[in-house]
Amino acid sequence: MRLGFNRSTAVFMLGCAVVFAVFQFLFSAGILNDFWYTLVRIGAVMAIVSIGLNLIYGFNGQFSLGQWGFYAIGAYAAADITYRWTQLHNTSGLMVLLLAVLFSGLAILLLGKYLNQVRGLDAMSAFAIYLLFVVLAILLGASVARPLIAPTTALLNALPEAVSGQVVFFLAVSLGGLIAAEVSFMFGLPILTLGSDYFGIATLGFTIIIKVLLDNTDTMFGLTEMKGARGMVGIPKETNWFWVFFFLFVVVVVTRNILHSSTGRAIVSVREDETAAKAMGIDVAQMKTLTFVVGSLFAGLAGGLYAHTNGFLHPQNFNFIRSFDPMIIIVFGGLGSITGTVIASFAWALVLEGVLRIVLPEGFETWRFVVYPLLLLVMMLLRPKGLLGTYEIPFLRAALPKRRKRETNSTSGVAQAPVGTSTGEGG
Amino acid sequence: MNTASMPARRPLTGQWLVRGRWPGRLFLGLVLAVIVWKLTVSVLAGPTIFVQQLINGLQLGFVYALIALGYTMVYGIVRLINFAHGDVFMVGAFISYYAIAQFRLHEWPGRLFTGMAPAASIAIGTVTVMVLSMVVCAVMAVVIERTAYKPLRDAPRISALITAIGVSFFLEYFGALDFVFSPSFITYVRPFPVRTWYILDGIHLLEAGQTRPDGSITFSNILVIIIVVSLLLLLLLTVFVRRTKTGKAMRAVAFDKPTARLMGIDVSRTISVTFAVGAALAGAGGMLYAIAFSSIVFWMGIIPGLKAFIAAVLGGIGSLPGAFLGALIMGQAETLAGAYVSSPMRDAIAFTLLILVLLYRPRGLFGEPEREKA
Repeated sequence: MRLGFNRSTAVFMLGCAVVFAVFQFLFSAGILNDFWYTLVRIGAVMAIVSIGLNLIYGFNGQFSLGQWGFYAIGAYAAADITYRWTQLHNTSGLMVLLLAVLFSGLAILLLGKYLNQVRGLDAMSAFAIYLLFVVLAILLGASVARPLIAPTTALLNALPEAVSGQVVFFLAVSLGGLIAAEVSFMFGLPILTLGSDYFGIATLGFTIIIKVLLDNTDTMFGLTEMKGARGMVGIPKETNWFWVFFFLFVVVVVTRNILHSSTGRAIVSVREDETAAKAMGIDVAQMKTLTFVVGSLFAGLAGGLYAHTNGFLHPQNFNFIRSFDPMIIIVFGGLGSITGTVIASFAWALVLEGVLRIVLPEGFETWRFVVYPLLLLVMMLLRPKGLLGTYEIPFLRAALPKRRKRETNSTSGVAQAPVGTSTGEGG
Repeated sequence: MNTASMPARRPLTGQWLVRGRWPGRLFLGLVLAVIVWKLTVSVLAGPTIFVQQLINGLQLGFVYALIALGYTMVYGIVRLINFAHGDVFMVGAFISYYAIAQFRLHEWPGRLFTGMAPAASIAIGTVTVMVLSMVVCAVMAVVIERTAYKPLRDAPRISALITAIGVSFFLEYFGALDFVFSPSFITYVRPFPVRTWYILDGIHLLEAGQTRPDGSITFSNILVIIIVVSLLLLLLLTVFVRRTKTGKAMRAVAFDKPTARLMGIDVSRTISVTFAVGAALAGAGGMLYAIAFSSIVFWMGIIPGLKAFIAAVLGGIGSLPGAFLGALIMGQAETLAGAYVSSPMRDAIAFTLLILVLLYRPRGLFGEPEREKA
């Protein structure tokens, strides 16, 4: 093992720095106007959502249409926190959600350690037990948070305004992601046991349910600041190029590191053949849950970033029709390709939303959605693996295993691999 | 490896408490108990309103049944959730709208044979319109099946599903273009006038301008027509599937495709026929739905389509009586939820129902146990 960066890592880091600096310059110098600035940020947000979905579907083979629901959860949760901070000048949203998330997360982790050892517990029973404890933990967290609101508000007020705004924003986006992750865990518990297309329909149902709930936030839950079907306004526009780039960078690197670990190989093996994976001793249910939770976490993060881009949220933005957008992006970009996903996301934002809107004459905008599915159909018929397939830039490519010295001939090494491994590691 | 030398597993604390399936069953029991309690309270509070809701649910349920049959047949035979089925339903509604509003096709017998009784003229004309939209939908479904699904028959199931989603989008937004259908809501023109009756010490006709007497239950000729037409189509379908050679081939292909092919059945043709029959039913359903709710728009097929699919799953996918019964249950669940829980939550109820069914009885009410994973 060599220490430090290898070449592909160095190239990747340098490339990221250059891209960041160039765009930062273009935006701050005003060469790209606000229209393009918004589109670039939306593209990055879509890239984060789509990488999450690619992890779930492209790498783990779970056909999920629920990504948009988790995106909505992240968006509304993060927006509520920053709204309460900037408009009501207190940390009520932040502290309640923070402690509720922490307590319920702790409950899930502890309960998970215990329930994993219990034999013969079906998914629904596990769900019922988790639900009981999570609800208790949320109630406990919320009641613990109440007395903490005043001191934390004072603490944040002591900081300069610019700093405290950024701190609250960062925490809000992160918490949005964590909430989405916890919801996905609870939802995935029973749902992940379903077959692939039933899973797709159930997750689509989840997105529809979330949209309906968002339409009624003010009447059913008393969250008047979300204004239900009228749309939430007054969210600070904190999302800038730095933050979307930062989160996209983190998401790409985290995804890459997950996929290159032994866990990642287990995740991919579940996609390839569940039965074989199970036979190799992989906990299929656990891998599915892990991927689903991480993918939804990314969706939640992206939701938080989206909420602070325009400062306006409307339940119509989270209509289940939109949950096909990330699906189409990953189908185009390549199922199982991070590079392809990022490129396709930016292409989606810049070309479909940007260039076409400018180039096409007035009435032709409706044609977008006619051409769009036709392209998808042609894609599925001609290149079902996506435009880039599983291509990755070198940094994101899985490192080849180090050649063992004793294997002299590479072809025979591959052919005899089952025999070789069974003698080497069996027992 | 000698198992005796391994340390014995320490018994888990509380294992006796959490083992087994009882927490899940308890959870389901609680959910059901809340539903039953809510329903009982509402029935006791207003029995006539409750019956009125049941009648409304029946109307919806029969329309869902027509769509659900197409879903269940197609899924049973090619294991594909045909997302575009809901849009075929939409096309059926639009075709009948144009036939009625633009071409007055529902009046053709009266115009051809002057002196014909108006009622008979409208009845024959309406049936013609329905047959027309059924035929158009069937042809369209066969074209879709041949161009989009057939090349993917051996591809992974999800590729076909994504294609189906693509077809669905295409039909919607192609229909939304100005020169095709319309991007906005259209008020549907009913081919016949609406008559309403109320039940209060016998059945009475509700005169125009008359308000419903208190404590009465109303129903309209739309409900009667929907029920009669649906039952008739169902009967035809049953006869077709049970008694004809093509129906036998359909059942054979659904049961075992390779063996059916070995027996000399034209599998490809049978699949096309299945799509056509399903789409024809959906086209009729679209027309009935439009007559009942009198407003059509290009995305109207999505939600009824999904709900009909859920109904098919509820009844046991692949089973025709199952789909029918599932659709009736679905219609009732939706109207009751809309009436007694909260109106915006009615879509959510459908999906909650789906998730519960898939978890507790994945093969549905009438489905056969899964033989093997495809």
